[in-house]
Amino acid sequence: MIIQHPDLGPRDSSEFVYKGDAALLFRPKRTENNDQKIFHDYLYLRNNPAGKHCELWYHEYGDRSWLVVTRDTTTHEILKVEHVTDYIKSCKAK
Amino acid sequence: MNYSGFKIFWEGLTGNKGWKKAWREPDPKKEYDVIIIGGGGHGLSTAYYLSNRFNVNNVAVLEKGWLGSGNIGKNTTIIRSNYLLPENQPFYELSLKLWENLENDTNYNSMVSQRGVLNLFHSDSQRDAFVRRGNAMILSGADANLLNENELKEMCPYLDFENARFPIKGALLQKRGGTVRHDAVAWGYARGADIKGVDIIQNCEVGGFIIKKGKCIGVETNKGIIKAKKIASCVAGSSSKLMSKAGIRLPIESHVLQAFVSEGLKPVLDNVITFGAGHFYVSQSDKGGLVFGGDIDGYNSYAQRGNLPVVEDVCEGGMAIMPMIGRARLLRMWGGDNGYVNGWFTVY
Repeated sequence: MIIQHPDLGPRDSSEFVYKGDAALLFRPKRTENNDQKIFHDYLYLRNNPAGKHCELWYHEYGDRSWLVVTRDTTTHEILKVEHVTDYIKSCKAK
Repeated sequence: MNYSGFKIFWEGLTGNKGWKKAWREPDPKKEYDVIIIGGGGHGLSTAYYLSNRFNVNNVAVLEKGWLGSGNIGKNTTIIRSNYLLPENQPFYELSLKLWENLENDTNYNSMVSQRGVLNLFHSDSQRDAFVRRGNAMILSGADANLLNENELKEMCPYLDFENARFPIKGALLQKRGGTVRHDAVAWGYARGADIKGVDIIQNCEVGGFIIKKGKCIGVETNKGIIKAKKIASCVAGSSSKLMSKAGIRLPIESHVLQAFVSEGLKPVLDNVITFGAGHFYVSQSDKGGLVFGGDIDGYNSYAQRGNLPVVEDVCEGGMAIMPMIGRARLLRMWGGDNGYVNGWFTVY
């Protein structure tokens, strides 16, 4: 897979380390009552969709940037690549 | 119909006209005691042991494709119980005992071959860890032998013992481990379950669950609604997809694991060799191909195929311990979807 790095252009996926579902970026806030359930769900459960999946790729053997890659898990087609900061901004704007 | 050497002889003399289909192709009934979703290794073995050991015969296996079309049809065929932890080692040892008696059990030639599984080690500390593992295996009733470098050289003289990065110092051997013909496992279980009345329904995809008052009472399929008292999901990498239809999220990610086979070679490798430090394992099939594999690709996937970086990595692992395979050509490679819980423990 070739990942279109927003700064560096096309880079081979083997330069990256896969870090899982981008939902992990949104760590829940601590609450008084149901800490355990919220954090259990955050830590262990995954949507694991067949289809469009937003996921974290860390450019370890490159510029060490954290990217969010939107990819189709049924075809490996990459639909979108953005910096984590931009991804969080666009999620918050929604 | 019982399979036997005499039967093969007789059919050979009479034009092979007496063979019958190994299992029926029934239409689904309206209701079963148990529905098993997924006609692969886990689904068919569940059906087999329910019907043959526990007398639960009113069972249907629903398979969306054809029987054994998933991971049971494309794995690397290794059987073993060389694990460590008291929580899982007895489970694997029980499984190996079932493998050992599988052909008698199912009256089906699944080519169980106890050719031995070797785990290579490369350092004093790794030898210590393997001594511990071997002892844990023996405590669970399994067998384990520790081979030093010379003993291993007698068995596998072609290994690169002087490898600069991973010099080979010996191996942990489980003689009872080995390989099995994976498709025949599915076929043997299917036939054995079918004989006891289990309905194996192919091309029957589950589209949803019927849940009333928090209890699942049936499934919706492309062949209509089928009710059941109990429903089991044995769908490997598709577990999250299936269970989401019941509103359940799982602690699982689906990943692709690739496997490879070389062109057919003369017999060269008569056991299973695993090179854990380099994430590579290999055996030779009865047709002569070297069957090998290594790491998962490492990203979520339902594509049932992998990418080239892992192909290169696995082949490098092979070359590191077994330079003699360098001129063998890769014949085929493929990928299967597996479910992994966080921490990379494979669940199927």
